[in-house]
Amino acid sequence: MKLKTFTGGIHPPDNKQWSSHKAIENCPLPAEFIVPLAQHIGAPSVACVEVGQHVAKGQEIGSAKGFVSVPVHAPTSGEIVAVESRPHPWGTALPAVVIKPDGEDRWSAELQPADPSDLSVDDMVEKVRQAGVVGMGGAAFPAHVKMSPPPEKKIRTLIFNGVECEPYLTADHRMMLEEPERILRGVALLQYVFGAERVVIGVEANKPDVIDLLEKECAGTPVEIMALQVKYPQGAEKQLIAAVTGGEVPSGGLPMDIGVAVHNVATAAAVTDAVIHGRPLIERICTVTGPAIREPKNLRIRIGTPLSHLVDVCGGLVEEPGKIILGGPMMGFTQLGFDVPSTRGTSGLLLLRSEDVAAQPEGPCIRCARCVQACPIHLLPATIAAYARRDLLAETEEYCAMDCIECGSCSYVCPAAIPLVQAIRYGKAAILAKKRNS
Amino acid sequence: MLASILSLGGIGLFAAVTLGFAAKKFAVEVDPREMAALEVLPGANCGACGFPGCAGYAKALVAGTIDLNQCPPGGADVVTKLAHILGVEASATARQIAVVLCQGDNRKAQLKYRYLGLEDCTAAQRIADGPKTCPGGCLGLGSCQRICPFDAIEMTADGLAVISRENCTGCRKCVAVCPRDVIHMTPYESGVHVLCNSHDKGAVVRKYCQVGCIGCNICKKTVPDSYKIENFLAEVIYEQDTEAGEAIAKCPTKCIMDFNVGYPDGSSYLPAVADKPHAA
Amino acid sequence: MHAVFYSLLPACGVAVYFFGPSALTVLLIATLGCLATEAVCQRLMGQPVTIVDGSAAITGVLLALNLPPTSPWWLTLLGSVIAIAIGKQVYGGLGSNPFNPALVARVVLLISFPVQMTTWSVPAPLGTGLDLVTTATPLGEWKNAVMLTGKMPVDMQGSMSEYFFGNMAGSIGEISALALLLGAAYLFYKRILTWHIPVAFIGTVVLLSGLFWLVNPGKYPDPVFHLLTGGLILGAFFMATDMVTSPVSVKGMLLFGTGCGLLTVLIRLFGGYPEGVSFAILLMNAATPLIDRYTRPKTFGALSQRGTQ
Repeated sequence: MKLKTFTGGIHPPDNKQWSSHKAIENCPLPAEFIVPLAQHIGAPSVACVEVGQHVAKGQEIGSAKGFVSVPVHAPTSGEIVAVESRPHPWGTALPAVVIKPDGEDRWSAELQPADPSDLSVDDMVEKVRQAGVVGMGGAAFPAHVKMSPPPEKKIRTLIFNGVECEPYLTADHRMMLEEPERILRGVALLQYVFGAERVVIGVEANKPDVIDLLEKECAGTPVEIMALQVKYPQGAEKQLIAAVTGGEVPSGGLPMDIGVAVHNVATAAAVTDAVIHGRPLIERICTVTGPAIREPKNLRIRIGTPLSHLVDVCGGLVEEPGKIILGGPMMGFTQLGFDVPSTRGTSGLLLLRSEDVAAQPEGPCIRCARCVQACPIHLLPATIAAYARRDLLAETEEYCAMDCIECGSCSYVCPAAIPLVQAIRYGKAAILAKKRNS
Repeated sequence: MLASILSLGGIGLFAAVTLGFAAKKFAVEVDPREMAALEVLPGANCGACGFPGCAGYAKALVAGTIDLNQCPPGGADVVTKLAHILGVEASATARQIAVVLCQGDNRKAQLKYRYLGLEDCTAAQRIADGPKTCPGGCLGLGSCQRICPFDAIEMTADGLAVISRENCTGCRKCVAVCPRDVIHMTPYESGVHVLCNSHDKGAVVRKYCQVGCIGCNICKKTVPDSYKIENFLAEVIYEQDTEAGEAIAKCPTKCIMDFNVGYPDGSSYLPAVADKPHAA
Repeated sequence: MHAVFYSLLPACGVAVYFFGPSALTVLLIATLGCLATEAVCQRLMGQPVTIVDGSAAITGVLLALNLPPTSPWWLTLLGSVIAIAIGKQVYGGLGSNPFNPALVARVVLLISFPVQMTTWSVPAPLGTGLDLVTTATPLGEWKNAVMLTGKMPVDMQGSMSEYFFGNMAGSIGEISALALLLGAAYLFYKRILTWHIPVAFIGTVVLLSGLFWLVNPGKYPDPVFHLLTGGLILGAFFMATDMVTSPVSVKGMLLFGTGCGLLTVLIRLFGGYPEGVSFAILLMNAATPLIDRYTRPKTFGALSQRGTQ
């Protein structure tokens, strides 16, 4: 049987062999945690602790500001040593709470497990919000917002994203393999919250062990495991929906417009922790990998662990890395140094050597149309990029630049090494700025 | 033969008469002053006046809806001529030119990362606030050079924009396009500038730039009237800068420069007023 | 780029086998002429000289393949200057030219020097010691006969297998379908070509010419004749597929190929020239921006889409 997928997309070498066979290890506590207050899409949280104060593990240290915002919690027990701006994965210095662990790693007494059968849907959403659960795939959109669709948008299909289409990353893979019950309990909770009729876990066919295991675990439950063709960017929300249901999210719309919601499998696990155990989101699985690290590993890290600590835990560097990427090579954020902390969206730390990122000088576009074939949104990337570079914003917009999901497929396939995504992003930003000003 | 000469000649004659008649009959009245004004304007259509091109500005001038001094590229010369054409009093305007307040090229100022993307300062600025560690320094990707209608900006080999005092007409296009606001408008008469745009504390500036202003106050102490220090950054007070040059030698980081004597390193622009005659 | 160059080698080899040193001379002059012109143009415009990227060399080889083996040296050289200077560099160099440079040169030469450009010769394979003897191409032979008598000529000079292997009169590169197909297969293997344009092009020619042949087999030649003689294979696989001058979307490519096929058959059967592939491709090159505009892929999630607004 031909596996389902979407149209367009690319097949980069997946490079998961570095870490896909490594069991998850618990990362030891670092000497210092840097917990950024802005870790999610939406308003950053506001520090609610003071320097010198002693906090317990799981205690709220930053409170949410507004609906599209979540609180931030202490990753371990210890003393607040600073509340100040620190280098952030987004490229600039942003406010963060710095904690010196006391080594006891003592949970806050306020956090109590609950029996989900006693809870209403609203209680569950509130627990998820309080726990600071965000989308764990990388975008870090607050989960409670996604879990509260307007009543007229009925969610019929609930899709769980176990695709992990980014090369190198294996965090979700290992989690699905080692902690299926944690994920599946979250799946059941979310199905209850949404009242969805159909529940699908989408997994790419390069993880046959996961597909076998989950099919066994889900036998007799309404949860459907769907093996998908290996292709990037299958993990992008709209592409996953197209692959699983065949439906297209309308341009400028949200999945709920066609009755679908998508959550990452790691988010489901975090929902389990939040609702059943009452525990906030203070740790996640992160793949530390790449040719420049001595010993690639899948680590269970606390949020706020500095990247330098992750490098130490993985045996140090083989050589000075040419590029430090938080997340995968396609959509991850390049970092300036190891002094930034990991956040809730940190699915991986990828260290490439200089020779892996050797840049080719840009050449002229010869209209080979590889970007057109690769674009999962069916745009004309080279055309949009050319318009954007000339600041022809009306044309840029007419060619649907705003629909671009910035997956990087076009830049990846471009034989002339034209920075297509950067040009399109530049155009998108200019269009948005123009709209704000008018 | 004769028939063809006659017929062709006839057609020609008829067309000539018709066109001549039409030109007289349907002529569009143009204020001669408008044409004269358009003649003296620089014709670069740079848009500095706020009108779409020189023709639009000429029209507005004749209509009397705008001042004479809205054309920086034309300078005082054009204002005088326009005043003559329009028969009004010319108000004198000091000539303003643009200056890049930075000397931190890629050798003297530290880079945060190696930038490989679009050759455009605005695009680069969007990536972690630009590849220069200094938050205010020139990014050196040449957006101002490309937009300059008068070829008055050159990029040095080490990535620094330098504006020619003579070629700059003060149209402000570079000021608008620069994402780091490192280009400032200054009076043409003032050659002395503090070439730094970083408001960081001195110790921080020293870490990333050899030629940045560290806010040490020495220039202000030397010539109190000509300098002001705001947020750890010295600035020439252009209204009273007659003595400003005296502080140049005392500046510990050599970030004060007199453009009448020389331009920043790597620039091929010759000093505006040379001490000794230059070859060619 | 270099793969395209290699893919043309079999065709060049066959040409040298059948036409001897004269074909080799044309090939060399055209290639070197194009490289030199590119270097001179770029130097004059103060741009970096990029002749190592291979694009000028490919234009040169393609131009040579489109010329008669007996072309005088000045004709070939003039062709390469036109191809690079007028066909490519005036538009801004690689990637910016609206027309296929080699075809621009061929058509300019064809119109300006019709005698030299339509003096074809009988192949004289290496080792046979024969001299090149002037004759007409199969298509030209057919057109002459139809013009004069309104009927197919009684005895066409060759058999289909001779056409297939290249033993016929014609331009340097168009004679051997076999060699061209070998090169094309290599390009498919390297994933440089996609099937859309060649299939649409050749399919349309076969269908349309087949239709005419069925209606009046006494006058119109059969589709296989159309396929194997003239520049159809060369044009469909190597000229029409030039990425710079063909549409980018799948729909656009199919439309482009169909248009090329349609024009080719019309010119061959009813036009003044015996061969129409070059004109067909150039005309469709001109239509490419329009095709691109109206065949934009439907954006993911767009409810309804028009080409323009």
